Amino acid sequence: MASRALGSGSQPISWTRRLSNSALTIFAVVCSILVIVPLFAIFAYLVIKGIGSINWAFLTQAPKPVGETGGGMGNAIVGSGIILGVASLIGIPLGIGAGVYLAEYGRNWLGNAVRFTADVLNGIPSIVVGIAVWSLVVVTQRHFSALAGGVALGIMMIPTVSRATEEMLLLVPRTIREAAWGLGISQWRATLSVTLKTASAGVITGVMLAFARAAGETAPLLFTAFGNQFWSFNVNQPMAALPLQIFVYAISPYDDWHRLAWAGALVLIILIVGAVTAVRVVTSRGMMKGAT
Amino acid sequence: MGVGIEVRNLKAWYGNTEALHSVNMQMGANQVTALIGPSGCGKSTFVRCLNRMHETIPGTKVEGDVRIGSTDIYANGTPAVEVRRRVGMVFQKPNPFPTMSIYDNVAAGLKLNGFRNRHRLDEIVEKSLKQAALWDEVKDTLKKKSGASLSGGQQQRLCIARALAVEPEVLLMDEPASALDPISTGKIEELIDELKANYTIVIVTHNMQQAARVAGFTGFFLLGTLVEFDKTEKIFTNPSDKRTEDYITGRFG
Repeated sequence: MASRALGSGSQPISWTRRLSNSALTIFAVVCSILVIVPLFAIFAYLVIKGIGSINWAFLTQAPKPVGETGGGMGNAIVGSGIILGVASLIGIPLGIGAGVYLAEYGRNWLGNAVRFTADVLNGIPSIVVGIAVWSLVVVTQRHFSALAGGVALGIMMIPTVSRATEEMLLLVPRTIREAAWGLGISQWRATLSVTLKTASAGVITGVMLAFARAAGETAPLLFTAFGNQFWSFNVNQPMAALPLQIFVYAISPYDDWHRLAWAGALVLIILIVGAVTAVRVVTSRGMMKGAT
Repeated sequence: MGVGIEVRNLKAWYGNTEALHSVNMQMGANQVTALIGPSGCGKSTFVRCLNRMHETIPGTKVEGDVRIGSTDIYANGTPAVEVRRRVGMVFQKPNPFPTMSIYDNVAAGLKLNGFRNRHRLDEIVEKSLKQAALWDEVKDTLKKKSGASLSGGQQQRLCIARALAVEPEVLLMDEPASALDPISTGKIEELIDELKANYTIVIVTHNMQQAARVAGFTGFFLLGTLVEFDKTEKIFTNPSDKRTEDYITGRFG
């Protein structure tokens, strides 16, 4: 009896089990390849269509008027940077703060309400956020502005950042918190310098996800930042943004503008990937060797 | 220097479940006291009441008096943070801060409480690591390696150094060697013997030989009550209570 219980592995495994095992493995491999294909297809297509139009003028000049060739999206690149900066100033601190509250104190009605609101906010179409910010900021200020665009994108970042922060903080084991409390460290200090620090890699991933998503949003900017054919560095004025510029150029009837739109899309993707990678490199350098 | 601990009528609850029933106990300064008993008997809960860690779990409650030296730690107006600075704790599983270097792990208690004197900090880190018998193994990688990169036994000594760095008067150890191999366990036990010169130590252990080796006094817990508390020798050779005898001779638990 004992030898049979131990030796069940020495009996040949039935061919049906081996077949289903290989079939499932092949299925999983095919699925993962299919997941990669769209991303590479998009990127390759963008490179083919856009690379020819990217040059120094494209990166440094503002658009030329209709009919003139040349010009670029330099103002939109800078504008996207400024608007995303405003959005990050709003979305990241609010999102992380809310996430910390949810994870550390949020097992009550307020926490549930915040969690529910964040989930709903996450599901609201971005154009609706744009309309809301238009009526709150643009109408009150009586003009379009980069500030309004930043507010709209910032609002869109909050739920992603807060839920990611909450989930990452909840993954930090209680024993780590107790170790900090056991040293007589006050609760807010322990939360900031120990728990949040332990979870920082995951929190940063959440922030970058939110940032990348906001960077590509067009709809909330249509009637907030509005777009601008000229250089502008004033957050109180309408400002160009890459996705807006791509949108305007893509639906235009001019071939030259279509080419610029492709180039803009390629630049947008490269900038997003670049920003995410840069943040990863910089933050991972601060991490300790062997840290889990 | 260590201070004495005096516990009177201590009761503790998880929700509606009373986990400790009126425990009375006096532990002398610079003594090592071992707490033994089967799983779930309340010994961990008891030590967690000595530094007010029990109350951090939602729905818990404590009643009774605990004096650390002359301080009534459950008196109104005694901040828990203050108590925990004076009563250090070492946990069952080594729990170094994973994103911090070895140095920062040891310095954490001081740094995060606003201590800024770098030179003095260096001295304290070195002294604590030496006290925890870890200095020679880590002195070259203090700021380069994470606390989590050490072996289990080294991590636990790192946690002891971290607790010692805030210069507590009492050191609570909740099964500090249960996750370690025999060699690391031996090191921790030697350490306890050296540390008692400066600290009052309370150690929870499942290992009765360990209690016999390190502790001058031993308390036996059963079902949330302190059944017997006496000199370790007496507990292991001639216990007064039948239940203690049954436990140490292995008739249950």
